[in-house]
Amino acid sequence: MSSAREEMLTRIRAALRDGTPPPTIPRAYRRGGDTDPATLVDLMSERLVDYGSEVRRIDAAAIATAVAEVCAARGARRVVVPPRLPAHWRPAGVEVVPDADLGVRQLDAFDAVVTGCTVALAETGTLVLSAGPTEGRRVLTLIPDLHVCIVLADQIVDSVPAAIARLDALASLRNRPLTMVSGPSATSDIELSRVEGVHGPRQLVVLITLS
Amino acid sequence: MSGEFRLAARTALADGRLRANMQNATRTIREKRLRAVSELPDWEELRDAGQAIKADVLARLDDYLLQFESAVETAGGQVHWARDAAEANAIVVEIARAHRIDEVLKVKSLTTDEIGLNEALGRAGISALETDFAELILQLDGDWPSHILVPAIHRNREEIRDLFERTIAAGPLSDDPSELAETARAYLREKFLDARMGISGANFGVAETGTICIVESEGNGRMCTTVPEVLVSILGIEKLVPRFADLEVFLQLLPRSATGERMNPYTSLFTGVSDGDGPRELHVVLLDAGRTRVLADTIGREALHCIRCSACLNVCPVYSRTGGHAYGSVYAGPIGAILTPQLVGVEHAPSLPFASSLCGACYEVCPVKINIPAVLLHLRAKVVETEAPRRERLGMALAGWLFAGAGRFRLLQRLARIGQIPFVSDGVITRLPGPLHDWTRGRDLKAVPRESFRAWWRRTRR
Repeated sequence: MSSAREEMLTRIRAALRDGTPPPTIPRAYRRGGDTDPATLVDLMSERLVDYGSEVRRIDAAAIATAVAEVCAARGARRVVVPPRLPAHWRPAGVEVVPDADLGVRQLDAFDAVVTGCTVALAETGTLVLSAGPTEGRRVLTLIPDLHVCIVLADQIVDSVPAAIARLDALASLRNRPLTMVSGPSATSDIELSRVEGVHGPRQLVVLITLS
Repeated sequence: MSGEFRLAARTALADGRLRANMQNATRTIREKRLRAVSELPDWEELRDAGQAIKADVLARLDDYLLQFESAVETAGGQVHWARDAAEANAIVVEIARAHRIDEVLKVKSLTTDEIGLNEALGRAGISALETDFAELILQLDGDWPSHILVPAIHRNREEIRDLFERTIAAGPLSDDPSELAETARAYLREKFLDARMGISGANFGVAETGTICIVESEGNGRMCTTVPEVLVSILGIEKLVPRFADLEVFLQLLPRSATGERMNPYTSLFTGVSDGDGPRELHVVLLDAGRTRVLADTIGREALHCIRCSACLNVCPVYSRTGGHAYGSVYAGPIGAILTPQLVGVEHAPSLPFASSLCGACYEVCPVKINIPAVLLHLRAKVVETEAPRRERLGMALAGWLFAGAGRFRLLQRLARIGQIPFVSDGVITRLPGPLHDWTRGRDLKAVPRESFRAWWRRTRR
């Protein structure tokens, strides 16, 4: 319906006849990027815990062990992982299935999903997933009830602008589907009190590796 | 002038339970917002940036829309333009029919409420299921939204429990919020797993990249935008931001202003379609439905900056007492009072610009600094121009003539000084006679003093 398109554009141009010039955009807000690494890890942990996630700081050489401990503690037996998740991140002692275009009903039968992330945002306790090799398709981190996410210490940035800048730096990245996760799924629709666990994973465990 | 809001407000104010629910809810969220906002030392700088970015979008809206269209198409999406609600609804119906789909799942979207999409789909034999917790409550009960962010804010937990027991629950429930949430999860999970077509609004569309951004909490938005094979996203044309990097401003302003959280649980950003991940078909509908009319008003167009955070509702002394239904529009509260009359024409919602005490709290909390009181005054003037009663217009014209000449004004003062005597008590007039009575019903008038300033000046300084 190209006529609707033409007519809307005509209406817009007519509405803008007054010729108000576009303003200069003041960007005096903080850009971040100046927080030292130790503080970043502390802040990230504090903010994640504040919004209902569990955080463990782990040795970069013992990721698989830490994941296995979380699965055991939370009773997860069947675990789905992105097909290219590094072998040394995969837990022993549980059934680990790499995703191969699994249907949503098949995904619904898993207890947990294990992924990495692209950027972690400390100030808000946010994980940014970009459907990369360690993250997989978006539905992977949506259907199973437990999401275990591995964060490498150097993926943590302090502020929202710093996180967006990292994503924006790579055109290939910002065109990929991005999911920003801040804690377990929640609703505030009942008298505005926060209830955790609606449609997404009800449990989020974040493992921060220290090298 | 029409008194629709005044009448509806009177009914709402008489409802004790509604008032208690509203007071409780708005107080909770006001406090949360204040805590979240005070954490950021550069809040005012972010507001300045947000305001300017939105003004920039409007000033070059045609260019940005074309840029957005081409970016979406490059990324494999299809773009549709809709002049009005009927056209937008017809586009969505057509897409569903082309895929032989008779049930669609919806992410909460006030834009689709505004255009009556669910009803239009219903008429075409397609059922639309709301998946946001609050929207589900309203749909199950045939109710309509009373808040931009928390559409069922007027319902408390006991009411929700009773509703669920009548509709979707397998057995008796307690009024524990987590049990209520669990009930909705179980009911909708099956629906999500079979979903073939999703419908969403959008919080932001990025002109530069064609990216659509959806901000939510529950995960229903992620479900609807990733599980189905077909996705339709409907955006008001004002929802664009120029650059991807501009999200760094709005992803700070919106969550803190809306739910009072540092960040909402889930934000989805998608650009066209992605191989093997999410829908195979993406349709983006760009909606006018009155927005270009708003754009043409150089004062009123500011209303199009709105990012639908609802902070202005929660601080409004009028909204927090009447609730949203009194406004009779999908967009309630202060922003609704300036947006709705402009979208549909002031002659169709003439009481809304008066649904305010002009206290200015809305302007102070607005994350993009919309000067709501200024737009309210502007719209009030328009209402008076178009439909003030003849009597009032004549009275105003007469007063204008009397006040315009010094001699006439002095004479009027003298007459008023005598004429007011029967009505003055303690220096104020609380009740004027005859047709002027309406004016003093809601306000007191100070009596005309025995001596005017000019008279005093002449007497003492000469």
